[in-house]
Amino acid sequence: MNQIVLLPVILPLLGAGLCLAFGRSARAQRIISVAILALVVTVSAVLLYRADHYGPQTVNVGGWPADIGISLVADRLSALMLLVSTIVTLCVLLYSFGQGIVEFGRDAPLSVFHPTFLVLSAGVSNAFLSADLFNLFVGFEILLVSSYVLITLGGTGARVRSGTIYIVVSMISSVVFLVAIACVYAATGTVNFAALSGRIADLPPQVSNLLQLLLLTTFCIKAAVFPLSAWLPDSYPTAPAPVTAVFAGLLTKVGIYAIIRTQTLLFPDNDLRTLLLWAAAFTMVVGILGAVAQSDIKRILSFTLVSHIGYMLFGVALGSTAGLSGAIFYIAHHITVQTTLFLVAGLVEYRSSTTNLDKLGGLARAAPMLSVMFFIPAMNLAGIPPFSGFLGKLALVQAGVDDHRWLSYVTVAAAIVTSLLTLYAIAKVWNRAFWQPAEAEHEAGDDLGADSHGGSMHGRSGVSTKTERTSTWKVDDEQQQRLPLGMVVPTLMLVGCSIALTVVAGPLLDFTTRAADELQGRSSYIVAVLGGGG
Amino acid sequence: MTPNLPLVILVGVMVAAGVTLVLERSLTRILIGFVLIGNGVSVLFLVVSGPAGTAPIVGLSDEPMSDPLPQAMVLTAIVITLGVTAFGLALAYRAWQLTGHDDVQDDVEDDLIRRRAEQDETSVTFDEADAALPDEEGSDAPIEHREVHEVPATTVPEALDADHEDELP
Repeated sequence: MNQIVLLPVILPLLGAGLCLAFGRSARAQRIISVAILALVVTVSAVLLYRADHYGPQTVNVGGWPADIGISLVADRLSALMLLVSTIVTLCVLLYSFGQGIVEFGRDAPLSVFHPTFLVLSAGVSNAFLSADLFNLFVGFEILLVSSYVLITLGGTGARVRSGTIYIVVSMISSVVFLVAIACVYAATGTVNFAALSGRIADLPPQVSNLLQLLLLTTFCIKAAVFPLSAWLPDSYPTAPAPVTAVFAGLLTKVGIYAIIRTQTLLFPDNDLRTLLLWAAAFTMVVGILGAVAQSDIKRILSFTLVSHIGYMLFGVALGSTAGLSGAIFYIAHHITVQTTLFLVAGLVEYRSSTTNLDKLGGLARAAPMLSVMFFIPAMNLAGIPPFSGFLGKLALVQAGVDDHRWLSYVTVAAAIVTSLLTLYAIAKVWNRAFWQPAEAEHEAGDDLGADSHGGSMHGRSGVSTKTERTSTWKVDDEQQQRLPLGMVVPTLMLVGCSIALTVVAGPLLDFTTRAADELQGRSSYIVAVLGGGG
Repeated sequence: MTPNLPLVILVGVMVAAGVTLVLERSLTRILIGFVLIGNGVSVLFLVVSGPAGTAPIVGLSDEPMSDPLPQAMVLTAIVITLGVTAFGLALAYRAWQLTGHDDVQDDVEDDLIRRRAEQDETSVTFDEADAALPDEEGSDAPIEHREVHEVPATTVPEALDADHEDELP
């Protein structure tokens, strides 16, 4: 029965192969990828149940014992991450079908999208399930290489430019990860998490601190923690909407997951908590200040993504059960909400052919459905009660206050300020894109000079810009684009998921507390890997 | 374990050269730098695997064996480096096709914000009406100070978001 731990990795890879084989038939590809991901969702749900009731589920690949072979482990944390991420992946895949007609036209590399997407899913699953550092590296590489393909999909100028930055940063972080693995192996002679947890404790503190710093640097680049976060807002917004959505939802969270796993299992006596708390506070504040300065929905969302990584890191840095539990809850919440928001941004882009706030307006009247779909996750992200975002932040703030150190209070203050500024950034989007009348009506018959109107501070010469803008709007008014059902339904599903997270928040918080207990206890994981299985 | 000094020095030199190249703007040079760092790290794994011994097959000889695990890891790492380098070269070629060079460009929006900051210029979303109101103390500072400077047409390229041909200062 434990063999099902393998399925979340193997099934998507199998599906990718099948998709390539049926590369000529878009319909076959769709059926295969949806079936595979639906299966993975089911398997993850089963794994979650089993991990919760029977302890960590282990399988040793090829029957090799854990310390020399590769093992996959699904404990409560891994299983929860796996379930949330596969549900999100499935919804985004369905969304991409709806968008497919628009984005991936006849000459676009349609046959590549599905296999790559499935490989990405396999990589994410592998990273969540792996029980040793090197397999984690391989999982990261699988998901990174497929993300390279997805972020440069179509090879347009803007995507090549932003993709280059993303790819170079990821390559460098991978090399740093390799160096970290080499050092860990040199110091301990193993890369298995369970075996390492015992051996790292025996190392002199200087050596273990060095190893911890190396691993943290790697994962902080991948999770976009300040000051290693500058690459993210630069590279995400130009990719196609479903790609950005799945990246925003999953890739950084894999980094956070790796931080949680290594911090709790390998370095339980954390000397670097102060450093992590500072990093968390700066990530939150600097990220959200970036969001405030932007005037494009996708870029604002990318910056809020960076900023909210800080919340998760805050929970990890506290190191208490309550902090970890809050962080895990927040990851589950943030994966769904951030993905939904990027999908909605995709819908806005589809409808108005731009996500620039200077050109948007009047969407609340023109597309009430779209407004509701934006409003709910947006308020959720900002942490308005009673949504899960509020509950997650509340849990983290409580954990921070219970820590009784001045730095924790500082970080709590940073968290609250960030929450307010998130509300500000989101309200700006809401006001300008949804409530404020569209630019065309706004400026109709208004012949004010370029310098007297706020919109003209756009940095270009006023006159030509204005005609360009009005013409864009005319096209839109004529078309009155209806949003395709194939894009709306998956978005609604995800909005439903985020509301469902609010409804089941009580049991979910109990579950994350149990997961945090398990992480801090360590013994059940170590016994499951080294003692059992086989 | 005593590390092998020449190998360690080799790692240092390769990684240092690689880092220098990665800091360049041209994607091709970055890739060469990445390959150098990658190979340096592969050599690091040789250092890590300890002193060389006989082939790691149990029962072949009584001599001490080489540690096979780092070699398995380094093989995986080499394959991954190869794949990523191939992709990077394709990307550099595509960038050259599109723009005639493969230099990594600055982000357009960031560039815009930076130029505004240099000229003490407000953002598009900045509400001018609010700022024009006198503050609590009934400020009587001369109005000219709050006036927003017009961007000289020459500093902002026309086609800023259409193509990124603009050379940056």
